[in-house]
Order: sequence, then C-alpha cells, then structure tokens
Amino acid sequence: MKVPFPGEIDRRLLNERSVSGRIGLQLQEIDVPEQPFPDAGLLRSVEARLPEVSQPEVVRYFTTLSAMNFSIDTNFYPLGSCTMKYNPKVNEEMAFLPGMAGIHPNQPDETVQGALQLIWELQQDLGEITGLPAVCLGPLAGAQGEYSGLMIAQAYFQDQGDFNRTIALMPDSAHGTNPASAAMAGLEVVTVPSDSAGNVDVEALRGLVDQRTCVFMLTLPSTLGLFEPNILEITNIVHEVGGLVYADGANLNALLGIVKLGDLGFDIAHSNLHKTFSTPHGGGGPGAGPVLVSETLASYLPTPVVDRNGDTYRFAAPDKTVGRVNGFHGSFGVLVRAYAYIRAVGAEGMREVSENAIINANYIRTALAEEFGIAADRVCMHECVLSPQAQKAKGVSALDISKRLIDYGIHPPTMYFPLIVPEALMVEPTETETKDTLDRFIAVMRQINKEIDSDPDLLHDAPHDTPNTRLDEANAARHPYLRWQPDDDLTAVD
Amino acid sequence: MPTNISPYIPNTQDDRELMLAAIGVSCIDDLVLDIPEAHRFPKLDIRPALSEFDLTAEIGALASRNAALGEYACFLGAGAYRHYIPSVVKSVVARGEFLTSYTPYQPEVAQGTLQVGFEFQSMICEITGMEVANAGMYDGPTAFAEGALMACRITRRQTVAVLDTVEPRNAQILDAYARHQGIEIVVIGHGDDLPDDAACLMIQSPNQFGVIEDMEALADKAHASGALSVASINPTSLGMFRTPGECDVDIVTAEGQALGVPLSFGGPYVGLFACKDIHKRQMPGRIIGRTTDTKGRVGYVLTLQTREQHIRRERATSNICTSTALIGLLMTTYLAVIGRAGFKKVAELCYHKAHYAAIEIDKLPGYSVKTDGPFFHEFMVECPKPPAEINRALIDSKIIGGHDMSDRSNNGMLICVTEVNTRAEIDALVYALSEIGAVR
Repeated sequence: MKVPFPGEIDRRLLNERSVSGRIGLQLQEIDVPEQPFPDAGLLRSVEARLPEVSQPEVVRYFTTLSAMNFSIDTNFYPLGSCTMKYNPKVNEEMAFLPGMAGIHPNQPDETVQGALQLIWELQQDLGEITGLPAVCLGPLAGAQGEYSGLMIAQAYFQDQGDFNRTIALMPDSAHGTNPASAAMAGLEVVTVPSDSAGNVDVEALRGLVDQRTCVFMLTLPSTLGLFEPNILEITNIVHEVGGLVYADGANLNALLGIVKLGDLGFDIAHSNLHKTFSTPHGGGGPGAGPVLVSETLASYLPTPVVDRNGDTYRFAAPDKTVGRVNGFHGSFGVLVRAYAYIRAVGAEGMREVSENAIINANYIRTALAEEFGIAADRVCMHECVLSPQAQKAKGVSALDISKRLIDYGIHPPTMYFPLIVPEALMVEPTETETKDTLDRFIAVMRQINKEIDSDPDLLHDAPHDTPNTRLDEANAARHPYLRWQPDDDLTAVD
Repeated sequence: MPTNISPYIPNTQDDRELMLAAIGVSCIDDLVLDIPEAHRFPKLDIRPALSEFDLTAEIGALASRNAALGEYACFLGAGAYRHYIPSVVKSVVARGEFLTSYTPYQPEVAQGTLQVGFEFQSMICEITGMEVANAGMYDGPTAFAEGALMACRITRRQTVAVLDTVEPRNAQILDAYARHQGIEIVVIGHGDDLPDDAACLMIQSPNQFGVIEDMEALADKAHASGALSVASINPTSLGMFRTPGECDVDIVTAEGQALGVPLSFGGPYVGLFACKDIHKRQMPGRIIGRTTDTKGRVGYVLTLQTREQHIRRERATSNICTSTALIGLLMTTYLAVIGRAGFKKVAELCYHKAHYAAIEIDKLPGYSVKTDGPFFHEFMVECPKPPAEINRALIDSKIIGGHDMSDRSNNGMLICVTEVNTRAEIDALVYALSEIGAVR
C-alpha cells in the first residue's frame, strides 16, 4: 500500500485534539418559551467528555482515517465467502431519496405505499431467484436469518406435535454462525464429516439422521467453493427421516439463474443481501439476511411481511408467526439497494453474474493450483481454497502470504477457513473484477512464491508500508484497552 | 463484437473465451456439471434489466408515493426519532473507503474502520457513564434482548423480569431471543418484587410513555435480589438526564438511531451495548482494542474474539457476525460534529419544545396530557377521538401525528417533539388538533 501521506500519520483521537470552545455545528436558537428543568437529582452531574472540534477538523480526521482502509472502491478484495463485489453507486442515491431515507417506521401504511410495494416486489424476486417463494425481509444479517429459520423449523415440528427434533446437523466446513445460531435455538449441534473430495460424506450423513433430526444446515456451494454433487440424495436422506434442510445462502452468488435452492429440496434458506445482492458491507454491516421458505412453512415466517391486495400493500403477521426478531421491518435502506440491484441486473443478467463469478474463480484456481495446492482440486464454483502446505514446510504460513499481498495492494483472502483445510486461503474474486486484475493477482502470488525462497523475511515482516505493521493482538486481549481515557486516568486501565 | 449486457461485469465475450480455454473447458456448461441436469439454468420469472435512467425513474416514483418527513411535519417517535443530521455526517459516510470495506479482519488495512470503532466505544462510555462498550449491535431492541441473555450467563439464572413500562415491541424481541434457551420471562410492575431466581430486571428509560424512570432505585431493587439491572436508554436524553452509569446499572443498551442516523423506515440502525468492566468478557458482538505494532506505534484490532462465533462456535456469547459498523460511523461522526456543547443543547431543545407542546395541547378541550412526571422526547395524550381518525385528518394539514397507543390507553396518542419541530409546526399541530377535536 502506498501511504497517501508523507511522514507520520496523525493518529490522535478526537478527544486528544479537543480544544475548549470549538464547535462543529451551529445549532438553532430556541423558539419556544423555556420550561423549568426537573430536579437537579434527575440530571447528569458530569458532562459527557465529547470532543470539542471544529468542522474542518472533523472532515479531515475522518477522511484521513478512511484512507487507511482497503475497500472495494480502491483495491482488489478477494475475501472468500464475503462476496466483495462492486457496490453500484446509483443504489446509494436511491436509498437516500427523501421518500426512502426520510420516512418513519411507525407511519400508517397508507402513507408509505411506495416503500411497502418495494418490499413486496423484493419478496417476490428473492422467492423466484431461490425457488423458496415465501419470504420475510426482516432479519438484519445472515446470523439473524439463520436464527429465524431455525425458529421456523422448531415451530413447524411443535405444530406437528413432534417435540423430539433436537438436533441440528451441519458439515465440518460450516460457518461459525451456524453452530452459534443452532445453540441459540436450543438445538444440539452434530457435525457431519466431509469425504476426501470435499463433499458431505453421504454415508456418514445417513448414519447420523434419525427422528431427532430437526435440520441439516448446509452451505451451498460449500465453504470449499464446491457444489455438492450428491445434493438431491442429501436432501432426500434428511426428508426421509422427516427432517428439514436449511441452506446457508452466504454463497448464493454462484447460483443466480444457475439453479434454484427450492428445486434441490431445500426447505429454508437465508440470503445475505450484503454479499450476493451488492449492498455495501460498510466495514462490518449493516447487512440484511432475509429468510426464505417453502409454501409449507410460509405461515411461520417472522413478522411483519408485506401482503398485496389489488393495488394496496400492507404489513401483516403470518398466521403462526415465530414473532418479531428486530425493532421494525428490517434494514430498509439495505433492501432499497438490493431492489435497485435486481432491477438493474434483470432476469438475463442474473445468470451472467454467477457465470462470470464461476469463470473468474476457476481461472484463478487453474493458474495457482500447482504452486499453492488446492483443497479438493476439481472444478469449483465462485471461490477456491488454496492450501499452501509446501510453503508452510518452508517456514512461511498462510498468514505471511496474506500479509505480503497487502504490500502489493491486494486485500488478503479469507485465512484459516474452512477449518478442515490446512493453511486455508479462500479466494473469491467475484464477477466484477477484470481479467487484468486476476492476471495481476496471479502474477503477484507467483512472485510471492519466489520470495519465499529468495527472501522469506519479506513475508514474515509484511506488511511494510501500511500505517501499522503487524499488531500485537495477544497483548490487546491480555490487557484490554477499550476506550479513550484522559492521561491522568490511564492507571485505571487494567 | 457485442457490448456487454451489464455495466457491473467487465468480462467481454473474448475475455470469457480466453479464460475458459485457460481453465481447459470449452464452455460454461462444463463448469456446472455437478449440478443436477434437470435443474440447471432455470428460467427466472423476474423483470428484465433497466437502464440506470429508467431505474432512477422507477424508484423515484416509488419514493414519491411515500409521505416523506420534511414535506410533512412529524410528531412520531416510539423507538425512532427525527433529528437534524449535519451535512458532514452524510459526506463522511459516503466515502467508499468506509462504505465498501469488510469487517476488519486484517487490521493493517482497516485502521480507519478500527479507529472509528474505538471512538464509537469511547463515546458510548462517555454518554452513558459506563466503563466498557462494544462496537455495536443490530439495533436497540436486539441489543436489549442480548443484554438479558448476558445477564442469564453471568448469574447462571434463567428468569428475566421485565418492567411493565417497557415498550411491548422490545418485550416481543426478547421473547424471540430467549424462547429456546429455557429462559422464563416475567412481567412485573414497579411495586412488585422480583422473582427469587431473577437474573435481571429489564428497564426502559424513558419508558414506553416517555417517562424518565428512577433507574437508581430500580437497579438497587435488582441488586437486592442478587439480580443485575439491564436498561434500555434513549441516548439523546443523556445530554440532560442522569446516566445509567451514575445509577449503578450493570448492562446498558440503546437504539443509536437518534444520533445522526436517517429514519429510513426502520433501518439500518445501530444497537449500543455497554456494561460494567467486570462483565466485559460476557459481552456479545465485536470489541475493538488499542494495541501497538512491531514498531511500537499505536493501532487498533478486534479483540476478546474468543467470545465470538467464528472461534467459539456453539459456545459463543452470541451468533452475531455482520453488525452495523457503518451506522456506528454515522453516530460517531454525528457526536464529533455536535460535540460536547451540542450534545447538551440538542437534549435541552427537545426538552423545552416537547414541554411547550404538552402544555399547549393540554389546554385544548377534549385533550389531556396523561404523562405524569419528568418526560423526554414524547408524552401521552388522551384524545377525544380514536387516534387513527385524528391522524388521518392531520395528513390533510401535512402533519403526521403521534403514535397510536389506543391498544394500551383509552384514545391514547404518544406525541413526540424534537429539535427539528419548529414552533410554527407545533402551533399548527395544536391548531389542527383543536379543529379536529371540535368536529362531532
């Protein structure tokens, strides 16, 4: 990374720049008769030590901070499982229209018909794309979509008088949110092993399912970037014992117009709109994790969903709803962006998205397989997982390779995930990158591979030109320093 | 050579063919052979692509069918509040370096996001008077529910007592979060004792009627039963009112929307989460810590990650992963801009204007203000007619009226006034209410 500033970057916090008397905003004068304050006992006794900084200082501070980030707008960002694709600018403009950003969640339905129509249309489109026609857009991120889906499964079985479905099965390659959501839903987590080809071990699955199986949670394509060749058999095995099949839709970017989850036998899914449907990640959210289900499960969806009656739209609670999972109706601003994306891409374009994502990933896989090794080396979908074990034997880890990529202006892939792959580097280029960018990435990886032999410390000490070199994470956890403190209070930090 | 069909996808037909050849296949079909043939390449029944021009026209038309605030005077609150958002906030949040980055797993190239998160945690501690805060939750109500789960983990108790003045929506989300963990939820009044085995007392201040609760007495009451206190607070009110930290509350949550975040029909917002230092290792969500690099320079990292799902899996403190970092940036920028004096002044403006409105409405025949005691942002009014009917009539005067509370109070309307409501707007509301109330 080329540091955009000569010399040392001023890293002082806002409070370390604060000067008594400065203001960043002129507030309006009071235009009503002042009312008496309540008793002093009800009022705060110490002012909040917020900064006193002028407006130009605020702008320069945050702009300088922003320049210390890698982002899609500035860098190739092949972070596996995160689908760091281009976030169209027009979507931002649409989300900030006064008629979208300036409406209150408690407004009567008749005053927000445009917003309700947008939600309804998006429900329809996502249902069509995934083949799971009943949709609630409420969940605020993937993990909340998962939890909603698991609540739906439990409510369904309880409705059937079946109270023994206490197990959530999932492959050993599952995202961490899957077991965490299952635990939150009171389910016991049982892990299904993968076979040597990186697929779900079908025989092992057969041995693990029984009358206690509530759901099998499966990411498709898997976190190895592979499509399960036995998917129909897998969903059938779970259905034969009366269980439901859940699709973690984190990797849906591989499947648009390629195959529908509903056609494969999935009963429940979530989709991360901040991945597949191009809404920006914002450095860790906001996202949106709509939950999608088959007709059979429609009446259990969280509340609210939007119904249409002629030309009128209204919020409604499904008959047997599992209830409310967040404050209002979901991440509406994110929904507007996803809607704009789907309308700009259209039916034909959906397949283009996934085809190019698949081609780009396989192009990288083919180019790097020999030097870096690939977990389960066969045709992949939208991402591939490198496994640089030969490099590890020379004393260079996946972490070192990742950090060296930063020196070349490339964001590292997802490291050490999935857990079943030694030294995993999960690379997801997405469809929005040029062949030139992929070629440069491949060339840089090969260059790094040479550096391992010629000058391994280049990797061990990387990154070199960033505002910070490697940071001491162990010390950060041992001695948590979690907030600004005035100098004379520093002894209070443990 | 045909042009591409999508402006978002750079690969041309030539690029694709070159790449397919390099991969060693002849066409895309060869890359999807694992997909059951019968289900491959389904037809999608969604509408064809729009040009950007047509897209903006279509979404603009949808937006124009919504009654946007600004064009309408708004007196709605009940969990989301309209405040002035300075231009600087909108400008900072539009920066692509913040907007289009991921969760800061690689700290050397995410110091912008991380330092902002550290500022965010620091500011939450300052405004709430608490010792530690995390880097944000989905929204206020989910943070409140996570606060209850955290109290259950700390006390190893399984009963949650909820005060009956807590907004019902918050209680519903708590139910959804606690349902499958064997946690019992008991609703109690101010005069009731806590159940013996209560993990915590859930407090909301200002409560669902806008009234400031005596958090200190409530926290003491919880502590006397060996329980923790969990309070959902309104951060704007803390420009004036006593902080939960001063009241010895153990876990504090809040909806951060009022601090610089657009209403946006209910989201995305940001949940604030703070607690006493001794409980920090039981917190859910991301936490950012300060440390040093190999050259001894200060920098920031995600820390205490062994609490989290990507490490601890089914034993994590929460399943939360993607949260609301960008909305945290909005809030941080807002508090930086309004600063120490502005934070106080916004609260005072809201206080004076809401009280002025309450006094004027209480004078109207047929209307009476029911809120008794100190209130902030909003107050309850008993109306002469059903609030839905009044609100329909107010629309004609370009006014969006208060929140309909007739499900919990006879003809009850919760009227919210903030610093963006001018005296002219308040006077227009009072006039319209008197006219509507007078019509038989």
